[in-house]
Amino acid sequence: MATLQAKTIQALQDNRTDLLNEWTHSLEATGATRNLKGDDVKQQTGEFLNLLADALHNSGSQNINHENWAQTRLFLEKLSHSRALIGQDSQQTASFIFALKGPVFALLQREYASDGAHLAEQLWEVSELLDGLGMHTIRTFQKSREAVIKRQQEELLELSTPVVKLWDGVLALPMIGTLDSQRTQVVMESLLQRIVDTGSEIAIIDITGVPTVDTLVAQHLLKTVTAIRLMGADCIISGVRPQIAQTIVHLGLDLQGVVTKANLADALALALKRLGVNVSKAV
Amino acid sequence: MSEASSGTHPVLIEQDVVLARQLVRRLAQECGMRLIDLTKLVTAVSELARNTVVYGGGGYMDWAVVEKDLRPGVRLTFRDEGPGIPDLKLAMTDGWTSGGGLGLGLTGAKRLVDEFELETAPGEGTRVTITRWS
Amino acid sequence: MERIPILQMGEFLLVTIQVDMHDQLALTLQDDLSERISRTSARGVLIDISALDMVDSFIGRMIGTISGLSRIMDAQTVLVGMQPAVAITLVELGMNLPGVATALNVERGMKLLRDRVEHS
Repeated sequence: MATLQAKTIQALQDNRTDLLNEWTHSLEATGATRNLKGDDVKQQTGEFLNLLADALHNSGSQNINHENWAQTRLFLEKLSHSRALIGQDSQQTASFIFALKGPVFALLQREYASDGAHLAEQLWEVSELLDGLGMHTIRTFQKSREAVIKRQQEELLELSTPVVKLWDGVLALPMIGTLDSQRTQVVMESLLQRIVDTGSEIAIIDITGVPTVDTLVAQHLLKTVTAIRLMGADCIISGVRPQIAQTIVHLGLDLQGVVTKANLADALALALKRLGVNVSKAV
Repeated sequence: MSEASSGTHPVLIEQDVVLARQLVRRLAQECGMRLIDLTKLVTAVSELARNTVVYGGGGYMDWAVVEKDLRPGVRLTFRDEGPGIPDLKLAMTDGWTSGGGLGLGLTGAKRLVDEFELETAPGEGTRVTITRWS
Repeated sequence: MERIPILQMGEFLLVTIQVDMHDQLALTLQDDLSERISRTSARGVLIDISALDMVDSFIGRMIGTISGLSRIMDAQTVLVGMQPAVAITLVELGMNLPGVATALNVERGMKLLRDRVEHS
């Protein structure tokens, strides 16, 4: 495999200032610097050129997986991570590297003006190197994006079903909308944790707002009821619609030992009775 | 899928079951596994490591921290050179036991993990590989 | 030999499990408890597992056995402090511990124990 010649590496170093300027122009032209602070871009482009020069100087290898490229890789990983967090898209992020191609190619053309064979070879090598670094940036950008999305999904799940305290010792989980297995799991786990945190003896799961349940969700519900009992608290399910009752019976799920009430008010009345609380009208 | 780190842990006597649980707990924590998933995995380890000691006459647990589609996970293989399981279908039935237990070891462990693979033959030992993604 | 301590509080026995138990330790506890119930004519046993971050089928079985044994010896058992993750895992494992009375913490457990002893 041909490698980058010392002449090329030297040229990159000698023309650092020009390269930086042209690179910044090219970044601005592609719109890749939108939403970014000018100082940040200046600092990042400068740092990258330094790292690139160091890595080329030290390793003499363009294999970016090589240890000598670790610093450069780390820099790009941090860069794409920060870009993902501020909501830049993958194209804008990748442009950071790819926008450097134009200025570098122009530079090589000037350096090897009289040496066609070497020019082609060196262009190819530089192109391979920058493509590799660009791909690495996109890969890590993707990873960061996915981490952001995953976190947001989890936050949404928890937000979508709040556990509320109805009375001292009574928690309620009003569930609304279609339940999928993952959502059920997350909210049930947060209910169990709240039971421990608040020392509540009774938990009411209200499913009035749930149109239907599938086998998996029904099983999750029953498992939750059992888990709550194992922890030493009681569970009441309220608002079971006829369709859901049919599903449960149809599936042959055993509801023995599970207390159900027609609506949340009845469930609360039962909970208060169990706690020995009397509610009466003031005369 | 790629492997970040791996190793082997002996599962020869009862105390090794406790040590295996503690090792896997640490690995799962390093993967950033949620408490519930971690608890399920550690419980599965307890069941399988006990099987290795009690029925397999002792063996080993190979462990590896793995990654697939950007998700880290823990993969474990419990292997012994014991008598093996003569009737696999029976052994994988809830409530069946050969050792006076409740018969929840194998089937229970299977329900607690994401991936479960069992290789066994009479006289040729048993190999159970489990994976739990974080 | 390593043992889990059993405390006596009036007519009740209190066991707090705080170590990652190996099987022999669990079996020893089972034997020690039944021996103590018989020797002290205890009316109730409170098992606190709030410090346990894992309960497998073996420990689950031990808890069920202790509960059954004590009932035969005219004592009530209450299990307290099971962590959410442990409870979910036990259910997934297929162990629902039927017949074992439970409470959120030691205080509630003691109250439940008194109620049950009164009614037995």
